[in-house]
Amino acid sequence: MKKKRVIPVLLHKEGWLVQSKSFREYKKLGNAQKAVQRLSEWDSDELIYLDISKTESYTTNRSDTAAPDYQNLAELFGAVSKVARMPITIGGGIKTLNDIEVRLRAGADKISINRAAFANPSFITLASREFGRQCIVVSIDYEEFGVERHLYIDGKNKSNGSSKSALEWILKVEELGAGEVLLNSVSRDGMKSGYDISFLEKVANKLNIPVIACGGAGNWEHLAEVLTETNVDAVAAANIFHFQDQSVYLARRHLASKGLPVRPPSIQMRSRVN
Amino acid sequence: MTGIKQNDYLKYKRIYKLNTKICILDYGSGNVASVRNSFDRLGLESFISNEALDVMRASHLVLPGVGAFKASMEKIENELPLDLIRAQILLGKPLLGICVGMQVFAESGFEFEIHPGLNLIPGSEVIELPANVSKPHVGWDSIEIQNYHPILNSIDDGADFYFVHSYIVTKIDNSSLIASCDYGIKFPAVLVKDNLIGVQFHPEKSQSNGDKLLRNFVELVT
Repeated sequence: MKKKRVIPVLLHKEGWLVQSKSFREYKKLGNAQKAVQRLSEWDSDELIYLDISKTESYTTNRSDTAAPDYQNLAELFGAVSKVARMPITIGGGIKTLNDIEVRLRAGADKISINRAAFANPSFITLASREFGRQCIVVSIDYEEFGVERHLYIDGKNKSNGSSKSALEWILKVEELGAGEVLLNSVSRDGMKSGYDISFLEKVANKLNIPVIACGGAGNWEHLAEVLTETNVDAVAAANIFHFQDQSVYLARRHLASKGLPVRPPSIQMRSRVN
Repeated sequence: MTGIKQNDYLKYKRIYKLNTKICILDYGSGNVASVRNSFDRLGLESFISNEALDVMRASHLVLPGVGAFKASMEKIENELPLDLIRAQILLGKPLLGICVGMQVFAESGFEFEIHPGLNLIPGSEVIELPANVSKPHVGWDSIEIQNYHPILNSIDDGADFYFVHSYIVTKIDNSSLIASCDYGIKFPAVLVKDNLIGVQFHPEKSQSNGDKLLRNFVELVT
C-alpha cells in the first residue's frame, strides 16, 4: 500500500539553515548541509530544500559551524545531494530551464518553482515537457482572510498582497502540467497552530495530482489531523523537525500509532558503511 | 546502518569491491549523480560514461532513468553505443534498468503515440496508469514478491521502495515478474529476464532496502 509521506522542509538563507515566522522573521539555526545529513540518517521519507537567499552569498564566514562554506549554488547543492539518501526537492530562485538542469545535475530529484510559475505560467508546461511532470513541484504560498484564500506572491511586502484566489491558481497549475503542489499557508507559518484543514480538504478533493500540505505544524498530532481529515498525499513541516533528536522517528511513530499508513518508524544508528 | 552485519560487510568488501566496476550509462538522464552517490556509499567503484571502452571494461551496467519514455528513448539512441551494449547483454553482462531505464526494455511505449523501445523483452508494452488513481504515483510503496530471485536477497515481502512514475510495463511473462506493486492496478516493480534486471522504483533513493538491492545486483556475477 502506498504510504503517506512526512517531509521535513529546510529553509536555506545565505549559507544558514533558518527558521521562519510568517515569512518575515528568520532565526539562524546552523548549517544546512549538516541538517540534511541528520535527516537523511533518520530515514526521512523525502526532503524539501528551499533556498530563500536574497543575495548571492553562500558563505557564513563563521568557523564554529564545523562545516565548509560554499562559493556557489551548484557546489552547495552538490554537497547537499551527496548526503541525501532520500529524494530531495530543491527550490528557490529557479527562473529558466537551465536553472532546473543545474539542480537536477547536482543531484536533486525534483525541483520546486514558485514565483517564476506565477510570472510566466507557460514555464510550468515547458519544464514538465522537458524534464517530466513528476519532477516539477509548484509551490504556492497563500494568506488566509476569513474563508478566503489569497495568493501571496512577493516576499514580505504585505501591501502587495494580491487578491487573487489561491484555489483558481492551484487548479490552473495542475492543468499546466505540475506534478505535485506544495501548499503553504503564510498566515500559519511558524505559528504552531495546526494546518489549514478546511482548505486543504477542498483542494485535495479537487486535484488529481498529489498535494503536499505545509504551514502550522506545532506538534505531531497536527500532522495526524491533516492526514486523517483530508486527502493530502504528504505532510510537510520545517521548524518542528529541527529541534528534537530523532524527530522523524517520533513523527512516524505517532502517525503509525493512530493507524495512519506511514513507513514503519525505525531508529537509525549513526554508524555508516563507507 | 542497521540490518547489515559487520561480518557480511567485510565479506562483500573483500570479494566484490576489487572486481566490481559499474558503468552508469550517461545519456543525459537526471539521476546519474544520485546513482553514483549510492555506489560510493556502498564502497563500490562506479563511473558515469557513454564511452564504448568504459562499457566494455565494466563488470556491471546501469541504465538510470527519470521522466518520459519517448524523450528518454531518443536520448538513449543518440548518446549510447547501443550495438555494443546489446552485444554485452548477449554475452551475459548484468544490466540494471531503473524506472524509465527499465521501461525502455519494452517493445513499445504508448505516450500520446506509439514509440518503439529497445525491445529487450519482446511483446512487452509501456502504458499509462489507470485514470482512477492520482498521478504521478509518487512516494513510498510496498512490493509483493512473486518469484524468487537473488536480486531480492534479504529483502522482505512488503518492503517499501520509493516510486516516481506515471507509466507502467505490461505484458511480460509470469516467470519474469519477480515483484509487483499495487496502485489501482498490479504492475511489475521488479522484473528479470536472464541478466536483465529492471526496477520501477528508485533503489538509489530507497535507503536501506535500496542499498540491499544494489548490493544484490553487484553480487550477480556471470
